Parts: sequence; structure tokens; C-alpha cells
Amino acid sequence: MPVLGRDDVTREHGPPHGGGIEGVDGVHDLGGTQGFGSVEMEPAEPTFHSDWERRAFGLAFVAMSKGLLSGRFRHAIERMDPVWYLDSTYYEHWLTATATGLVEGGHLSEQELDDRLGEVFPMSRPIRAPRIIDPGPSIDRPCYAVGSVVRVREWHPLGHTRAPRYVRGKSGVVVRYDGIYSVPDVEYHCDAKRREPTYSVRFEAAELWGEPGDPIHVDLWESYLEPTGGSTDG
Amino acid sequence: MGDRHHKPLPTTPIEERVVALEALLTGKGILTSEEVDRVIEYYEHEVGPMNGARVVARAWCDPAYRERLLEDATSAIAELGFSGPEGDHMVVVENTPAVHNVVVCTLCSCYPWPVLGLPPNWYKSPPYRSRMVREPRVALAEMGCRVADDTEVRVWDSSAEVRYLVLPMRPEGTDGLTEPELARIVTRDGMIGVAHH
Repeated sequence: MPVLGRDDVTREHGPPHGGGIEGVDGVHDLGGTQGFGSVEMEPAEPTFHSDWERRAFGLAFVAMSKGLLSGRFRHAIERMDPVWYLDSTYYEHWLTATATGLVEGGHLSEQELDDRLGEVFPMSRPIRAPRIIDPGPSIDRPCYAVGSVVRVREWHPLGHTRAPRYVRGKSGVVVRYDGIYSVPDVEYHCDAKRREPTYSVRFEAAELWGEPGDPIHVDLWESYLEPTGGSTDG
Repeated sequence: MGDRHHKPLPTTPIEERVVALEALLTGKGILTSEEVDRVIEYYEHEVGPMNGARVVARAWCDPAYRERLLEDATSAIAELGFSGPEGDHMVVVENTPAVHNVVVCTLCSCYPWPVLGLPPNWYKSPPYRSRMVREPRVALAEMGCRVADDTEVRVWDSSAEVRYLVLPMRPEGTDGLTEPELARIVTRDGMIGVAHH
């Protein structure tokens, strides 16, 4: 399985890992953060802005469709150095995650990439979360009904998760049940999968931000949630 | 400037890295450049908001289709021939005078590819992803989409498997238009929810 725990700091961007907390609650988790300014819309924006974007997208897509990046791609983007992540464009994220995922999957070596490039090929930082041996039991029927009041567990994993930080510890109401899917937190760090119900949960602005505003809906796996015992009339 | 402005950026141009990766992958027989070409061709020319516009126009013209679309969007969209990656679990949210829906992906870039194509840069950008959940009404107004005070803005953060498409309200004064004519006035931004139609 993936080659983990790479410690070659000459390849790293930024301080060597190990003693710090990088990788926790990654910079990609942007909901509710401030200071990024206005949304810049480009009129008549093309699908790709340059040929390298085309190739980076195509390479990632083909590698994914061949199953070579399974359970690695998104987390590899999340493990980019935070400054690099924010200072680079979308398809640079994709290129970096493709190369990182292929190396971690054993399909390429860093040496091969370096030799071909003629320099050190920049990569995402290593996976810090331990491998999961036992995926735990799947859940084959939804535990919550539409109208159930739930709270998102408060936790800060080292590994991949799809629970945005801005809803952790917050309570909301289930508004839709969406079916049973593999839990990414497990799939990305385990050879096996665990499947669970997912829900769309409505959070009031006052609960999230402490002031009135419009409601936000977030799609969450069952194990992200805990019951509060409450219910609305749906 | 020392550590304060430490910017750990790669030194090789991105173009060279892409070329190196593709050369290595093709040289090892892991994939072929023709496979990459086909994917690019498809996503650059064969899918895009024109697909979603056909779905919206059909829903505006055919009440039974609209009902199916709101009930089971994946199947209703597949009726028009649109399906594939990032569109396997679709939900359509309908705008009304009381509710304006808008879609975001705060964690990455989740977007309904079969009906909208690949997302524009602003959708994937930190300003949009950070602000649309914190101050949606302000961000929408800045993007030129003013929502009436008595209309609720509903934000949908596509953080799991569902991909969302907004069904905009049919503009006034379009009663005489045919379905293909209607499809031409539906915009990508309207189907994300950052424009009214």
C-alpha cells in the first residue's frame, strides 16, 4: 500500500514536519475564513486558460479513471504546503496531487520524476494520519429522520475528512437523506471501506456565526453526527 | 524578509512539470497521450452549461418533467442524455419568490460536471468558498445578484456525494418563447445560483 512517512525535508516546502501541526484542519477548509477579498469573475472565461491546464486536467482524469489515484487525490491536494496551496492555481493543485498520488500508490518514484524534470519535482507533504486497520461496521439504514436535530462531532483529524470545520460542534436539522456511501475518512486511510448514510443538514446562521443571517446546508456522513435528542416537526 | 514572508514556492515552471509527468507516464505505459486528448476534447467541447440549460428549459415548459426533476434529479437529467462523473447523485433546488438557492463547495470544487461542465475559476477560488457560507447575501450582491430582503437565501455546501443544480425562476415576459429559445437565456451563473436566471 502507499509509501508513507517520507521524511526527505529537502523536498518539503516550508519547515520540516514532525513537530508541528501541519496537516490538521488544512488550509483547503475555507468556509467562513476571512480576508480573501472580492470574488473575481472573468467574463466569457474559457474552460482552460492554457495548454498545461488541459494536460494537467487530462492526466489527472485518466489516472483517476484507471483507479490509480483511488483514495488519494483529494487528500494529496489538502496536504500541499498551505502557502503554496493559496498561491497556486487550481490545476497546479491537480498536477501536484496526481504526481503525489501516483508516487504514494507505487506507480512512479520520486527519483523518476526528478530525473525527468531535471530538478526536484515538488510534491504534497506526507500523510500524517495512521493507517486504519479495521474500517468498522457499515451502517445500512439511516439513524436520523428528516427533522431530527443533530450535532456535528467536534474533532480535528490528522487525515482526510469531509466535515467542514465551520460546522463542527454545531447543531442543525436534517433536511434530506441522500443514501449510503463510503466514508472518505476511512476510505482514504484504509484498505477496506465503511459505508454510511449521508444527510443534508440545515444550520442557522446564528448557530454558526452568532448573528442572524441565511441558513447553510452541509452534506454529512452519519458518523460525523451525534444525536441531541431533539426533533422539529420537519 | 526572513521567515515572515516565507513563500515556499516551486522553482520549476508548471509547464515543465506537466510535460515531465506526461512523458514519464506515457513512457512507462501507464497511460497514452491519446487518452488524455480524448478527455480534454470531451470536457472542453462536449459538456458545459448548455446541457444544464436544456434541463432548466424543459422544466420551465413541462410541469411533469419539473416534478420528476425535483423528485429524482439524477434520473430526470439522464432522460436528456446527461450523466457521468460528478453527476451520479444530483439534487435540483428550485428558486421561488420566497427562496433563492446558491451552491458552493467550501472544501474543494465539487460541481455538477455533466450539466455545467468544469467549474469557472471563481467557483474554486478562496474568496467564493470562504464567503458564500459566511455572508452569502453580501457576496451575491457583489457578484451582481441582489436578493430581496424578504427572500431567504439557502446556501448548499456540496461536501459529500450530492451535486447540486439550481432551477432558476422563469423570467417574466418569456411566455412566447419555445423550449430551445428558453435554453439560450439560461446561464451557468443562474444554475449555480449567483445570478437570477
